[in-house]
Amino acid sequence: MVILTEPMTETGTEPTATGSGTGVDFSLTEEQEMLQAEVRRFAEERIRPGVADRDREHRFPEDVLREMGEMGLLGMMVPEEYGGAGMDALTYCLAIEEVARVCPATAVTMSVTNSVCCWPIVRFGSEELKRRVLPALASGETIGGFGLTEPGSGSDAGSLRTTARRDGGFWVLDGEKAWITNAGFAGFYVVLARTDPGAGKRGLSAIVVPADAPGFSVGKPEEKLGLKASRTAPIFFNDCRVPVENLLGEEGQGFKIALATLDHSRLGIAAQAVGIHQRALELAVAYAKDRVQFGVPIARHQAVQLKIAQIATELAAARALTWSAASSEHSRDGGRLAAQAKVYASEAANRACQESLQLHGGNGFHEDYEISRLYRDVRVTTIYEGTSEMQRLVIARHLLGT
Amino acid sequence: MKIELNEEQKLLRDNVRRFAEEVVEPRAKEIDETGEFPRGFYDQAGELGLAGVSVPEEYGGAGMDTLAYCIVIEEISRKCATSGVILSVNNSLVCDPILKFGTEEQKKEFLTPLAAGQKLGCFALTEPGAGSDPAGLRTTARRDGDDYVLDGNKIFITNGTDADTALVFASVDLEKKHKGITAFLVPADTPGYSHGVHEFKLGVNASGTTELAFQNMRIPAGYRLGEEGDGFKVAMSTLDGGRIGIAAQAIGIAQAAFEEALAYSQQREQFGQHLSDFQAIQFYLADMATEIDAARLLTWKAAWTKENLKRFTLEAAQAKLFASEMAQRVTNKALQIHGGYGYTKEYNVERYFRDARITEIYEGTSEIQKMVIADWVLNKA
Repeated sequence: MVILTEPMTETGTEPTATGSGTGVDFSLTEEQEMLQAEVRRFAEERIRPGVADRDREHRFPEDVLREMGEMGLLGMMVPEEYGGAGMDALTYCLAIEEVARVCPATAVTMSVTNSVCCWPIVRFGSEELKRRVLPALASGETIGGFGLTEPGSGSDAGSLRTTARRDGGFWVLDGEKAWITNAGFAGFYVVLARTDPGAGKRGLSAIVVPADAPGFSVGKPEEKLGLKASRTAPIFFNDCRVPVENLLGEEGQGFKIALATLDHSRLGIAAQAVGIHQRALELAVAYAKDRVQFGVPIARHQAVQLKIAQIATELAAARALTWSAASSEHSRDGGRLAAQAKVYASEAANRACQESLQLHGGNGFHEDYEISRLYRDVRVTTIYEGTSEMQRLVIARHLLGT
Repeated sequence: MKIELNEEQKLLRDNVRRFAEEVVEPRAKEIDETGEFPRGFYDQAGELGLAGVSVPEEYGGAGMDTLAYCIVIEEISRKCATSGVILSVNNSLVCDPILKFGTEEQKKEFLTPLAAGQKLGCFALTEPGAGSDPAGLRTTARRDGDDYVLDGNKIFITNGTDADTALVFASVDLEKKHKGITAFLVPADTPGYSHGVHEFKLGVNASGTTELAFQNMRIPAGYRLGEEGDGFKVAMSTLDGGRIGIAAQAIGIAQAAFEEALAYSQQREQFGQHLSDFQAIQFYLADMATEIDAARLLTWKAAWTKENLKRFTLEAAQAKLFASEMAQRVTNKALQIHGGYGYTKEYNVERYFRDARITEIYEGTSEIQKMVIADWVLNKA
């Protein structure tokens, strides 16, 4: 019998090293399991109380965020030398998942600070900029924002119209950004602006704008379907002046930086969706065991069992895609895997909330039941940080090599 | 967490892939049409160690782990789903239970030739009246001195036309329902053992599916696998492992369909551009790739769980459910991308589409998987 793990060569088989590397491994490290448990406990003890009130009152979770900053949850992947926790993307996803399981609105605030503000600054900022900006973000002294979308520029990010012109030692920004998460609370925004009007996508640059920059202002908060405790508002630049040192990377690299940032941030949204999905399953299970109809808990009805099995299986798939993408972030397929995780996890979480609410019957439509909030909150996961349609285009481009 | 094959696993994949391309693929279309059982393929696969991938070398196997087994089944099924299921049954449904429940003598007499591919096994559980509900089986086993005498009929038995050894489930006491079920190892040349003709099916056409009949079939008590009444446990435990193999089979079928649809979309032109230039087709391809990856992760996770954490019933059921339904969707979309050509036998996707269908049915229907999953989530988590 030929031993299959030896090369089949013309000259016969040559012995190979056995057990080279562990290969496929689905286990978490001890540190990852500890962090996961710690964030879960924190979310239950500190975020869960008041979560429904904050949703109803559209109240931003400032106190919670301060504590999260102290725990290192707002600069998780920021190197320790800049005050961050220096953790990997998978650990970050585990934390987002646990926060989202309790409060998706707090999770998106956390995700934006970590993924689309700290991350591009770490990756593309100058040493001076990193020392100036990151410690405040990573410690939770302030939070971060990301200004890419504009009223006329959503999925087609390359068409944005906000401008930045050079004036001595300053960039002078003019324009408007829409749907900005954390607007008004963030101390720093990574903003994409056009620095070369004739150069299309290559004319964009990424600039860090402090909230106290002259000419910067925040508009009226948006009324949204869900994530009501997160803040979303337009931001305006009116002759807004920031130091030239606040440029990320080189002039003209903005589009590339934005895409790299979104490749990364999709992991956070996928993890957010997984956290919501997990909770939708827990609520479905608890309700099904408790609710009695036709003389038995509804969990005894096959129709309910099939729904629960489907929710649980899709959760396992979404989590596997997300964790796998997070642990392969720097691989050749990293961008495709993150887009796959995001599109699958967000759509699966939407289905899970839909089915979990259905299983709750009329109660699921009532504000007193948590699933009704999750049903509203989950909806945006297939939209922000790249719609499902954009994810599919990204995946297809990778597959087709275009 | 690390999802990357090591060098040894990559080498295994490449070697099996080459074997599949050189030996399996050339006959895939032909055996689908004729239904002829590919005994030559099985013999060659056996020589490579593919008949008993996870069986220790001392019992004739390749001594590898469950992930290696997934790789083997995926790569073979990618070229021919029929060949994939022939191997899957021998590995998961016959070798594994003998390894797990067999006595030393049974391992020597039955397992070693099966794992080495010198003999072919089949798994005889299903009956005309006992499909998803195997506890309702009617085949009986009557103790008679040092022997058992079996009587009854089995249907839908993969490898049945060519098997040398059957793992047969029969009841020693019908009134005890599932507690009466007992497993037996039966050589196919036992007097009273007979099989029917090969049945033509929608897909996996050359897998030797047929009926078995036992008439006054006498076997020594030493051929009993496990104790009297253990049969139901043996069957359920065996199917847990089998589901991982079927999930891998479904992934292999889907992977082939995806690859061919991707290539076709880049060649075929309509409206003055390649199909792959249309967003509609790009979206199909994106979803296919995403679902295949998800299914493979769930399947590898089940394999990893089996190796490392022992209890893997939930993971195996989820992998099987997801992968089989994924394969149905992916082969359907692959056929759609091929348009009218995909509906003809000129292209392989027609075969993939038919072959994928059974993965949602055998070794536990999707509905049974969901009942297993729901039971875990509701009562055991």
